[in-house]
Amino acid sequence: MNELLVKLSECIEFGKINMASPYPPQMKGQEGADEITRRALEEGVPPQDILTNGLMPGMERIGVKFRENKVFVPQVLMSAKAMSTAMLHLKPHFLSGAAKQKGTFIIGTVLGDLHDIGKNLVGMMVEGNGYKVIDLGTDVGSEKFIEAVKQNPEAVVGLSALLTTTMVSMEKITKEIKDALPGTLVTIGGAPVNNDFCTKIGADNYSPDPQGVVEYLNSKIA
Amino acid sequence: MNKILNEINKGRVLVSDGAWGTFLQQKGLKPSECPEEWNISRAADVFDIAKSYVDAGADMIETNSFGGNYFKLKNYGFEDRVFEINKAAAEISRKAAGSDRFVLGSVGPTGKLLMMEEVTEAELYEAFKEQSIALEAGGADAIVIETMTDLEEARIAVKAAKENTGCEVFCTMTFDKIIGGEYRTMMGISPTEMTEILVGAGAAVIGANCGNGIADMIGIVKEIRQANATIPILIHANAGMPHYCDGETTFPESPDDMAGNVKEIAEAGANIIGGCCGTTPGHICKVREVVKSL
Repeated sequence: MNELLVKLSECIEFGKINMASPYPPQMKGQEGADEITRRALEEGVPPQDILTNGLMPGMERIGVKFRENKVFVPQVLMSAKAMSTAMLHLKPHFLSGAAKQKGTFIIGTVLGDLHDIGKNLVGMMVEGNGYKVIDLGTDVGSEKFIEAVKQNPEAVVGLSALLTTTMVSMEKITKEIKDALPGTLVTIGGAPVNNDFCTKIGADNYSPDPQGVVEYLNSKIA
Repeated sequence: MNKILNEINKGRVLVSDGAWGTFLQQKGLKPSECPEEWNISRAADVFDIAKSYVDAGADMIETNSFGGNYFKLKNYGFEDRVFEINKAAAEISRKAAGSDRFVLGSVGPTGKLLMMEEVTEAELYEAFKEQSIALEAGGADAIVIETMTDLEEARIAVKAAKENTGCEVFCTMTFDKIIGGEYRTMMGISPTEMTEILVGAGAAVIGANCGNGIADMIGIVKEIRQANATIPILIHANAGMPHYCDGETTFPESPDDMAGNVKEIAEAGANIIGGCCGTTPGHICKVREVVKSL
């Protein structure tokens, strides 16, 4: 495999954004995701290859480490930052059709809940694993989710909640999405949520960590 | 100044209060409502909560101001009412506490991440300063900075409260038990790391709140005590992780479950024991009974 892509995957895994970034200390002074992605494109590496063999393996490795409690939120955020930097170079190629994302994921924090750290983390991990992510923000009601699914009929919906009080909201939104657009897949997550709850409210999947969402999407879409 | 510390130094274990958020919900707070605004529009209901913990035997009660910082209030368009809302929060608890119980002004996280450049250090400092000053103006004896996961945000909050009020400053963080059995915040901070930084920043009392139930708190207290032999420790424990059934959220740990762990937590080194999400005056009443017998 292209050596540049191996290096790129390491930049993503360890959160090396660009040459100037002091983080992580062990990669100080080296090229980051920014420079390597640009160089790979200049050297004619297909954008699809950069996504599939550079970004995705790096995101997968950090996702697995996060699930295993070997790293915590800050490390994942640095990886996500590195990933976003690389994505800026790839975006024109997605738009032109030269590279394809695997599918679309619509995510939002449910009505009544304003917490966004977990939701953002999942969104970034999913994007870095090759999906188009539509982030509806926080305090999102069923109408907005339904509207977004109508515009992206194959999309999977992710619902996030941190508060025990907004679990009620999650149940309502899941039901209303399913009523309006039967067959839409809904995956849920957040501190108070678990598998039992998922079954009870008729959602399709519960993931305790972002990597779980990626694996669920891969099993359903890719 | 140092009123609570003086009591701890007498060798007493003190009892704090239980949940506010879940209590407000029972009184009809809707998910889209700003809990802190109730200090103005539903002051009598907020007072009831405060009073119920005084009646349950708590030595100190918190204030309804957890989300009372500029950034959280901004979500509801109330960012220009920080002083009014927090002062009212402290006044309500002061009224319920009278002169012989203590009032802890509650300060929660901003929800903004420093490392993602969503906020600057100076903006965080300013927000915590503004809220702490208002809580002191309403009669708080101490400022309790709680549910922190980012050590840098916690340190800035302690510094802001310490440098701008005469209140004693407490700080508790929220830990999970990770694979391997150690304790870490969401941001990866251990109780040991927390202890060094927060004591250095000038916190008079440190500890843990929220989390997965009171049994886990024992290990956290032991680790803090190991890291620092003298710093007073505060625990506000959840009544376990919530269960959801038919639109109702319930918490698994009963008052007796909680009380059953109090002796061990005190022996591990905790100086102040109270509850977080899901705990009730009934829990605090039972904690009081156990503490009395220590």
